[in-house]
Amino acid sequence: MSNVAAPELQEIADRVIAQAGKGEHIEAYVSRGQETDIRIYEGEVEHFVSAQSEGVGIRVIRDGRTGFAYAGTLDGDAVASVLAEARDNVEFGTPDEWAGLATADGVPVVEQQLWSDELAAFGTDAKIALAKELERLTRATDSRVRVDDANYSDASGEAAVASTAGIRVSGRENGCYASVSTLADDGDETQTGFGFAVGRSPEEFDLAKAAREAADRATRLLGAVKPLSKKITVVFDPFVTAQFLGVLSSALNGENVAKGRSLFANRVGESVASPLFTLVDDPTNPKAYTATDIDGEGLAARRNVLIEAGVLQGFVHSSYSARRAGTTSTGNAVRGGFKGTPGVGCLAMQMQPGNRSQAELIADVDDGVLIQSVQGLHSGVNAISGDFSTGASGLLISNGQLGGPVREFTIASTLQRMLHDIVEVGGDIDWLPMRAAGVSLVIRDLTMSGA
Amino acid sequence: MVCVIDQDVLERVLGTALRNGGDFAEVYAEDKSSTSAGLDDGRVEQVTSGRDRGAGIRVVRGETTGFAYTADLSEGGLVAAAEAAGAVAAQGGGGTRTVALTRSAPHRVNTVEIYPDTIGKAAKVALLQRIDEAARSTGGAIGQVSAGYGDSRKRIIVANSDGLLAEDEQVRHLLRISVVANGDAGMQTGFESLGHTIGFEVFDTNDVEELARRAAQQAITKLRARPAPSGSIPVVIKAGSGGVLFHEACGHGLEADLVGKNSSVYAGKVGQQVASPLVTLVDDGTMAGEWGAIGIDDEGHPSQYNELIKDGILTDYMWDHLRARKEGHAHSGNGRRQSYMHLPMVRMTNTYVLNGTDTPEDIIKNTPNGVYVAKLGGGSVNTASGDFVFGMTEAYLIENGEITEPLREGNLIGNGPQVLRDIEALGNDFAMGNPGTCGKDGQGVPVGDGQPTLRVKTMTIGGTAA
Repeated sequence: MSNVAAPELQEIADRVIAQAGKGEHIEAYVSRGQETDIRIYEGEVEHFVSAQSEGVGIRVIRDGRTGFAYAGTLDGDAVASVLAEARDNVEFGTPDEWAGLATADGVPVVEQQLWSDELAAFGTDAKIALAKELERLTRATDSRVRVDDANYSDASGEAAVASTAGIRVSGRENGCYASVSTLADDGDETQTGFGFAVGRSPEEFDLAKAAREAADRATRLLGAVKPLSKKITVVFDPFVTAQFLGVLSSALNGENVAKGRSLFANRVGESVASPLFTLVDDPTNPKAYTATDIDGEGLAARRNVLIEAGVLQGFVHSSYSARRAGTTSTGNAVRGGFKGTPGVGCLAMQMQPGNRSQAELIADVDDGVLIQSVQGLHSGVNAISGDFSTGASGLLISNGQLGGPVREFTIASTLQRMLHDIVEVGGDIDWLPMRAAGVSLVIRDLTMSGA
Repeated sequence: MVCVIDQDVLERVLGTALRNGGDFAEVYAEDKSSTSAGLDDGRVEQVTSGRDRGAGIRVVRGETTGFAYTADLSEGGLVAAAEAAGAVAAQGGGGTRTVALTRSAPHRVNTVEIYPDTIGKAAKVALLQRIDEAARSTGGAIGQVSAGYGDSRKRIIVANSDGLLAEDEQVRHLLRISVVANGDAGMQTGFESLGHTIGFEVFDTNDVEELARRAAQQAITKLRARPAPSGSIPVVIKAGSGGVLFHEACGHGLEADLVGKNSSVYAGKVGQQVASPLVTLVDDGTMAGEWGAIGIDDEGHPSQYNELIKDGILTDYMWDHLRARKEGHAHSGNGRRQSYMHLPMVRMTNTYVLNGTDTPEDIIKNTPNGVYVAKLGGGSVNTASGDFVFGMTEAYLIENGEITEPLREGNLIGNGPQVLRDIEALGNDFAMGNPGTCGKDGQGVPVGDGQPTLRVKTMTIGGTAA
């Protein structure tokens, strides 16, 4: 959210909270959005989606009990019935001494540029032409490469929050994205790849890079074999590291800590990782794809140091998890739209990068594998127990040299061990379209399971 | 609850959609009311009521689809969406197009006795409290319990320019239970869920406390689990826990949209042997009460029992309207979408493998060494290469034909076509598995899966033990 007024939405939210009765705390979140989604296949538009959506979510707290309701419309009658439903739902909650709404904490907002007039003015024909160009560029890279689809999407949204605890913010944001999926054929074998371009506006897209990466990802796996099982050193591509940080983030979530679901509970001040590992969550860094200025409860987003030189510094909190932990919100309330209440999450994780390139890191590895993609992180990693096991593909490394491609194997360890087993951090920070930036990472002693 | 769009309004909206050209138009409208409740850390944290109501309109011209959606179900709102969807097909040469709709006979597969909106919220919340108590009373090691309840009642109406007009009502009830157990060596987790396309009576015939105890026991058992092995090993999968294997290993590859773009390893293989002769695989939207059961699909066509693989031979793919129209194939009832905000695609319903003849006891006894998987987590597949992965959330070692030690979690990986050929024993104890949500192209739809106990010659287990 950016601090640009969305007056009608703010008025709707204001009207809702004005109806609060004695002892009743109300928060209203009102949003409206537009999206365009274009898919190109073989030079033609396969689909063109153009749509508007809107909705309201209302949270009511009374006597420590919480109720919530939402509707996908801003129709006046609907808003009234959402409030009535939320009030009714309060009756069925269990009193919780920590339940409550966020209150202003005086932390100044670091303004972010989240709205692009260039994007807002970008025409439909130009969007279609852009996706077609991405398809054309990708097909031109390599005769073995087919394009499964080339896509352009953009979205814009505006939202307003008001609460009886004095929060009143509104703003708008837009963004765009282009992506391409590829297939590479060699005889009976087919492998897949993808590439993407992101930016505040399409002028920032690097379509040539997206096309090249999509082609590389698919062709580099042709002829890949299943490797033998053994202990090995892995080098994570920045894209894989960013996904690894995403898994780790749930253990740094203050609500998970409070509820006994974090392997980092009670470990603040202790060494939980290699001294090379420093991790911050900093949505105020404008380079971060998920940079933002206000969190899901309307507090200023801010920089939080989570792990410094391997020592756990603290957790991310919403106002609720902070009250439970006897601390203050870190501005990490996360809201997934009008259909839910805010949870807790990291907003924009970044590791402190080292100085060396990926090639230099690889040169130091005697027996290893460069992990270029992982499959099944959502199924094979348990952030509560720490068990880590994921399908992977990449290139073997032997005596500091990259070797042949490998696929259909897993790498496994535990999150706890992996953090201590980090032996190098690359300098190649990559601001990916995810909640974490990536950097090359060398971790020793993982088990590779293959043939 | 009613879907308040009259037939003559739908006819006019479809006419508007095709005014500027296009050869197919469709209106899909839904009205969904839902209730959910979450219990965590001993408290009912929140009861949520939701209302989602809107329509998605698409216009197809040749290979191009225009799509727009709106939450405004008035004729004005629908006409605006129809114009937006039709713009992409605009090539002039349109003119007045009259659409006459004929209402399809209802096709109901699920029977609902007690609608969710006739049950008080207190009764729904009470289920969660019973689950919490049952899980916590399973053992002192239980550190945390969270449980979620959800119900929904969705009315859909589909009308298209071929004259189809069909309606359906879909009722769902879902429970999810997550448990954390604390041990000397850290925490372990257990998970169970229950989901059916019937009314609240589902909780009369299913023991939710027993479900909670199972989730708790799973977490407790894993506290003494040893690291899973690493490498290629024979795998026995318990009945009702491995349907996701077929969903990933071949189900997605049998979706006609992926086949049509030649991005499936099963493209061009109808009539060929693609699996062990033991395997007969079906996708069955008519399996009453199961999580993927639907009366009609989201393009208005009746759900069906579709045989995909018969005795190891590929017999057919699954189809949506566009792919069926292009190939001159009959509809199979597999055109589904997450909501009115999404375009339909080819999707599975309930995908399962029919019984074989072995007893599960014999299958285990005849496995000298291997891994017994009692519960699988989520999975994913690359349909072009056939490589798939899924998590084993409850697994044991098999030593000398007997189930022995519990194993820590890990991923199982394999290649779909290879694993299908490597199924070497199939049990006679068919069971359906947990309710699932299948993700494809950013959309999630409810699906079911099932299978009897079976053994795969070898799969790669992604553990850490030598």
